[in-house]
Amino acid sequence: MSKPEITVIDYGIGNLFSVQGALEHCGANVRMSSSAADIVDAERLLLPGVGAFADGMQGLRNRGLIEPLLRFAATGRPLLGICLGMQMLATASEEFGEHEGLGLIPGRVKQVPARTVTGESHKIPHIGWSEISPAPGADWSGTMLQDTAAGTPVYLVHSFHLVPDSPAHLLADCGYGGHRVTAAVCSGAILGAQFHPEKSGKEGLKMLSAFLRL
Amino acid sequence: MTNVRLIARLDVKGPNLIKGVHLEGLRIIGDPQEYARRYYEQGADELIYIDIVASLYGRNNLMDIVQHAARDVFVPMTVGGGIRSSDDVRDLLRAGADKGAINTAVVKRPELISEVSRRFGSQCMVLSIEAKSRDDGRWEVYTDCGRERSGIDAVEWARRGIELGAGEILLTSIDREGTRKGFDAALTRAVASAVTVPVVASGGYGEARHLAEVVSAGADAVAFADALHYNRTTMSQLREVARAQSIPVRQG
Repeated sequence: MSKPEITVIDYGIGNLFSVQGALEHCGANVRMSSSAADIVDAERLLLPGVGAFADGMQGLRNRGLIEPLLRFAATGRPLLGICLGMQMLATASEEFGEHEGLGLIPGRVKQVPARTVTGESHKIPHIGWSEISPAPGADWSGTMLQDTAAGTPVYLVHSFHLVPDSPAHLLADCGYGGHRVTAAVCSGAILGAQFHPEKSGKEGLKMLSAFLRL
Repeated sequence: MTNVRLIARLDVKGPNLIKGVHLEGLRIIGDPQEYARRYYEQGADELIYIDIVASLYGRNNLMDIVQHAARDVFVPMTVGGGIRSSDDVRDLLRAGADKGAINTAVVKRPELISEVSRRFGSQCMVLSIEAKSRDDGRWEVYTDCGRERSGIDAVEWARRGIELGAGEILLTSIDREGTRKGFDAALTRAVASAVTVPVVASGGYGEARHLAEVVSAGADAVAFADALHYNRTTMSQLREVARAQSIPVRQG
């Protein structure tokens, strides 16, 4: 069987190397690219990223990658955004002002509440392992979570999260201080993970393997 | 309550995993790669690598070690020792690290905290504080791996570090490090209650109750070194120890 192909978008932000290492560990043939043609032609695409939303969008814009990304998404081939890469799928973000996103998942990127539901302050950024659950009505089959059990812990590090306009796009969430925080979103073949599957141990590798089979 | 992270800390000198007492009297333990892989397999939530002589000699040996580890270890890795610029952090991230821990260089030039957090995000900027208790009941920041006094108050420094953009604090008690006498809970409490970001307590684990003490003092994560290196416990046993004391930890 030939190796699954995946193109990882290199747009000058974040740590591509751990994503690449994890994908290769899962048996993928990984191409890192910042070329518009590679993106449009990709079999499947991964948009990584850590850092600030505006910087991420600027990184894509400066390299002329927004239009190719949207064209790719329209083909219905699998696209996975991780962390900031997931947040950029949204319509807009409230991080350090108002910023326009890719608009692939209607919704807004909002701050993780700085207080628990009972009003106590808790740690921001939210760093650590949280158990993910299917959002109400969400179906994990046919997604990167298809082999994942509800309650599986994943590694998150973030201060913002994507709140989809439609609950139908919310795939998984996790609890933080009594709030439900978005862990994964999905619209057709477009997937986003707030957590880092490449840093979530064996369970995370399982998710990447599942994505490589979509 | 959020899951408390259980972290394996690997102090390295040259190509070797080492361990000391009070950050001194170093003994060679073995090949860091072998230990890193073992702790990952046992379910460590994260790994921390510190090159303990890098500041002293102005170089960094860690690149190779981190690069190797990144092939087998798929949990977050914090790397420190000898970071002097945001370019150094970039290089470590490229080698496979997720966060940079900085002590000496940010004490000398606090703006480096802002530079790193603006460039890579605050989650990449771990303020490493090595503190020693003073007679007046406060704690002083030491640099160069516990060798040099700074005259700076640890709690005030933590607060200032967060203002400048640090996203996490790695808090090492020099007094307790390697002693197995328990973490410095008072120090942990003082720092954790002064800041809004997660605090990783490091130095002193000896027995089960020490974990409960430091978590109730406010530690969000706890680092273990010689307890693991000398096989006094394993990551999976530590997870059991936590659960037995009702400390929430990652399942599995």
